[in-house]
Amino acid sequence: MQLFLLTAHEIHELLIKKEISAEELNKAIYARIEAVDDRIQAYITRTAGKALDQARAVDKQISNGEKVTPLAGIPIAIKDNICTDGIKTTAGSKILSNYTPPYSATVVKKLEAAGATIAGKVNLDEFAMGSSNENSAFFATRNPWDTSRVPGGSSGGSAAAVAAGAAVCSLGSDTGGSIRQPASFCGVVGMKPTYGAVSRYGLIAYASSLDQIGPFARDVTDCALMLNAICGHDPLDSTSAKQRAMDYTSFLKDDVRGLKLGVPEEYMVEGIDPDVRDLVIKAMEKLESLGAVVEYTTLPHTDYALPTYYLIAQAEASSNLARYDGVRYGVRTEGTGDVMDMFMKTRSEGFGAEVKRRILLGTYALAAANYDHYYLKALKVRTLIKEDFVQAFKRYDLLLSPVSPTTAFPIGEKMDDPLQMYLSDICTISVNLAGMPGLSIPCGFVGGLPVGLQLIGRPFDEGTLLRTAYTFEQNTDYHKQYPDL
Amino acid sequence: MQISGKDVGQLAFLSRLDLTADDLTICTKSLNEILGYLTVLEELDTGAVKPALHVRPIKNVLREDALQPGLEREQVLANGPEVEDGAFVVPRIV
Repeated sequence: MQLFLLTAHEIHELLIKKEISAEELNKAIYARIEAVDDRIQAYITRTAGKALDQARAVDKQISNGEKVTPLAGIPIAIKDNICTDGIKTTAGSKILSNYTPPYSATVVKKLEAAGATIAGKVNLDEFAMGSSNENSAFFATRNPWDTSRVPGGSSGGSAAAVAAGAAVCSLGSDTGGSIRQPASFCGVVGMKPTYGAVSRYGLIAYASSLDQIGPFARDVTDCALMLNAICGHDPLDSTSAKQRAMDYTSFLKDDVRGLKLGVPEEYMVEGIDPDVRDLVIKAMEKLESLGAVVEYTTLPHTDYALPTYYLIAQAEASSNLARYDGVRYGVRTEGTGDVMDMFMKTRSEGFGAEVKRRILLGTYALAAANYDHYYLKALKVRTLIKEDFVQAFKRYDLLLSPVSPTTAFPIGEKMDDPLQMYLSDICTISVNLAGMPGLSIPCGFVGGLPVGLQLIGRPFDEGTLLRTAYTFEQNTDYHKQYPDL
Repeated sequence: MQISGKDVGQLAFLSRLDLTADDLTICTKSLNEILGYLTVLEELDTGAVKPALHVRPIKNVLREDALQPGLEREQVLANGPEVEDGAFVVPRIV
């Protein structure tokens, strides 16, 4: 039995039957990391020692007959823009390459409270700005299905680690598609919860009105278990929602009869690879055969989503990233002169090209002379985009679309053309602008590379997404296929 | 609307970034491409539309005015590039 291929819920059964120990499990995952990560390069920091201590504590609880949670002992990889007390947290940036947070993000505390072990910190595009992981200041993570290709981004390390068996589940963050697109490229389940469903406290901010933490998992059941652990109100995040606690596994029903599913035609037209589109159509037909009603619908302002996103996200980024000044944390580059000289040198050496480009664009959009024309305009169009979803959800329980227009692209292909890179997020960004939950689930392969189906739900209706995804999964076998590493 | 290298230089200064001549040329070119792409928003009449700063209807989230535990000074200073006598040290300001 290869432990690294199992899901968390399968492992949990073995743990409570005492067929394996959490220590064995964590050692098996570490052996897998040792065996494959020189080719995948998902991990920036590995935390084997700490994880084994946590695992032994879980084993003790089990041998004492104590009840443990479904995530107890399960090794989880954390995207390196989520703060971990005493463990280096770099955000994939040179400017934070020496930063060790004195506190943990709320999501990390919650996972640790559930007994999960932290396998390590995984790679990302610098400050989560990118769609391929190539913007990491350290190295480019590779796609486990084809190591000459990108894993997607920005949570590429989180997706690749789970796909490669180098973690059972992981956490990522999604500002414009940064969980769903790498989940699609790596053939795993990835979910961006509703804005406000998961605390952002301890997440290194990119664009605060769009950022949301969410899970990666090998199947929908594990995704629900991760949501159970991380969702909930947090007084330390003022945008966090006061929700009723719920058990997301209660939605795991193999039944979509009567559900009304809309497919926005704007996500199925030009620019979408025909093979990807065909798989989405097959998925529509599959759900229809299982009893759902599937119809084409429209989100009329889709063409305006990408420019709106880039104005809002970069305006927020230019403000959020002003804090990196070489004074309180991070790498300082000394100048020869005064404090201004130090600020300029620190930021110029510490940030990569894409981060600088986005800061400049954001600063431009917020400049007094441009504010109304760019930033305010984008906020107004955001209202129209959100309204499109409100109208669609009057008629449909959820929406279906491709996650990304293509499968994973070759490393280097889009690095010199930022606009082409940005188009990789065309199907996912509106969901962040509107604050809806979105999920990527494997729906087939093109040329041996995975393709993801995106499900988009009403705010705080993660349940219908899980139910539909679970039904799809029970009636297909894409989630049972693994890359040959 | 096209922006010049000089404009980008000024933006860089406002952003506290020191761009090399090559960086400035590359950034000016790509920013102009991106700004060209953004003009599509001008097609929309948004005169009567309210801006959406946030998607959720929240404002003025307050907490109880009570003392909360915080980090120790040493923990906070531990990441400082230069620290002395319980304070962060920076180069000459005036």
